[in-house]
Amino acid sequence: MSGSILERLKAHLARTRERLGGRIQGLLTGRALDESLYEELFEILVAADCGPRTSAALVSAVREEARRLGLRDAARLPELLARAAARRLSEAGTGRPGAAEGEPDPRTGLRLAAEPPTVVLLVGVNGSGKTTTAAKLAYRLREAGQAPVLAAADTFRAAAAEQLRIWAERIGCDLVRQAEGGDPAAVVFDAIRAAEARGRGAVVVDTAGRLHTKGDLMAELGKVARVAGRAKPGAPHEILLVIDAPTGQNGLAQARSFHAALGLTGLVVTKLDGTAKGGVTLAIADELGLPVRFVGLGEGLADLRPFDAESFAEALFLDPRAGGRTGPASTGPDARP
Amino acid sequence: MRRVGERAVGAEVMESLTPGQQVLKIVYEELTELLGGEGAPRLAVPPRPPLVVLLVGLQGSGKTTTAAKLALHLRRRGQRPLLVAADLARPAAAEQLRRLGEKVGVDVFRGGAETPEEVARAGLREARRLGADAVVVDSAGRLTRDEALMQEIRRVHEAAAPHETLLVLDAMTGQDAVATAAGFQEAVPLTGAILAKLDGDARGGAALSLRAAVGLSIRFVGTGERPEDLEPFHPERMASRILGLGDVRSLFERAEALDRRRAEEVVRKVREDRFTLEDFLAQMQEVRRLGRLDELLALLPGLRRLPAPEAAVPDERAWRRSEAVIRSMTPEERRRPEILDASRKRRIARGAGVGVEEVNRLLRQFEEARRLMAAMVRGGAPAPAFGGGARRPGRRRR
Repeated sequence: MSGSILERLKAHLARTRERLGGRIQGLLTGRALDESLYEELFEILVAADCGPRTSAALVSAVREEARRLGLRDAARLPELLARAAARRLSEAGTGRPGAAEGEPDPRTGLRLAAEPPTVVLLVGVNGSGKTTTAAKLAYRLREAGQAPVLAAADTFRAAAAEQLRIWAERIGCDLVRQAEGGDPAAVVFDAIRAAEARGRGAVVVDTAGRLHTKGDLMAELGKVARVAGRAKPGAPHEILLVIDAPTGQNGLAQARSFHAALGLTGLVVTKLDGTAKGGVTLAIADELGLPVRFVGLGEGLADLRPFDAESFAEALFLDPRAGGRTGPASTGPDARP
Repeated sequence: MRRVGERAVGAEVMESLTPGQQVLKIVYEELTELLGGEGAPRLAVPPRPPLVVLLVGLQGSGKTTTAAKLALHLRRRGQRPLLVAADLARPAAAEQLRRLGEKVGVDVFRGGAETPEEVARAGLREARRLGADAVVVDSAGRLTRDEALMQEIRRVHEAAAPHETLLVLDAMTGQDAVATAAGFQEAVPLTGAILAKLDGDARGGAALSLRAAVGLSIRFVGTGERPEDLEPFHPERMASRILGLGDVRSLFERAEALDRRRAEEVVRKVREDRFTLEDFLAQMQEVRRLGRLDELLALLPGLRRLPAPEAAVPDERAWRRSEAVIRSMTPEERRRPEILDASRKRRIARGAGVGVEEVNRLLRQFEEARRLMAAMVRGGAPAPAFGGGARRPGRRRR
């Protein structure tokens, strides 16, 4: 009885060496569609950071669809899974109050203010990719003819403003900054005023990374948002949580906390060009009803793309490379005494 | 993995643990073992200084901050470290390291505008020139899928010839931890890992993946944003964290009567009739910790058929009310509850947001507990329940 706990744990760990798509393929090969298969599918989804609630919803959607189509074997399950996930992802956020007022503008991918400047606040935990995303977003806005102002409201991390300055120079856009240790809300206020004075289309605010468990830092962020609203009614028009694809189940806790503190309007998923496929995004979008606005697919300025639910879901569940690369066999758990 | 089962069957049944607790204890011990046993391995000691440490990892995992923390750690250990800024990709990365170095009082070497491997090589020369006995090389973040950048880190590794190549991994990483660690391991021989950003609420399951699936030992954990927030890794603490038990270790220690000092303190207090509401609060907290254990046992697969741990757990709201009542008392009142008259009780009830009858209930509970414990200390009677079911006081008498 007790052995089963560690057995399961170790089995799980061994399985995480394989990628999700590969695991699903492995599960399905030559299997009949029965309850035990669905149960295993559920476990795989949970282990892939998709979250228990979303995983359960996906499995039941797939089960129903398979029944409707009269499927006998499991071969088409990955496809059904990807389709179900894509549907949930594209529906995320559409049913929310206030969602109707702001269908994103097709050129920029953002909900724009009726009167410029549009204020976009980027928030997230440390190292998720906020500064780089701010630069990419500014680049995108500039390409769309909305001259942006970058606001360096990360006054905490050493040289964060300097990093953003270099980006602003490369993009050829304005930057508003203050001395390190300054008040981030003041930076945002100044940036909005500057954008108005210079007739700019948008303000992209980079904030300091903070762990979602730190109450005082979350409160500070609330103040930044309030001050933006005071500088320009209706601002910030977008509050985007930047989350990186390798993030596990903790991403759900992050999103809940940032959403409770600020009222997020969407997500940006970064580092999707790596081995991680961002399974937790599915859980976040689904459970909190938040649309994914953009994905980060590289280090270049043009590597921020509008989110495409179908290709995201396909990459998650149907990756052709999945299972091909399982890491070195070197020192697995069995190698230990 | 039959070991747990065998141990559970073969183990002497400790009188102080219920079967459920015992199983959990064994799982916890096995998990600790899986994470690297007791005690964190130290950094390598090279035959000839300087010690060279290369930090690698994904973008945003925390390499630069960790480099400064590690330099501070080395400096406090009496060494003379040099930081080398070999991240030429991220804008202002070298500038960030320079400022962090200033903050922790460690020199930072930044090359001209060459390649990262040239910076690493020049950094080593600089370290020898300065007489530094440790070098921490910060490298650019990279994804393991990026062949060109993985080639680059190979060249940096070759140039730096580090004694330690440590993977810096974000504690919030999910299942990708294994792919990332394996990807870096393929490119450069990793000697260990540092788990960054562990000060949030991440369970840290990534630690388990690193250790069990890739065989990496974790050397340090990052526990905050300040330069001093770097701690040696403790497998046993991580095991409790992963099990979600808080400080499960101390619980077991108490259960095994290892933590005698504290227990003896309580005995002494009871004997000298100095057991106060303050102590009562502490006792209730212990009971509460047991409560979390109960919850966990109920959740663990395969444990459901075990008899429920016998400690009846006061429900969360009752506990909060009691705590609020005690916290609304003055220190004097906590020490000498007999001074509580009607007007004081009314004040406390208001302060705690409860009715006066709640205050009276708590006081009755406290008196009962005090009486029972006094009886136990004198006569060694079997531990009766008090205050919602604590069996603690009897435990210390082994």
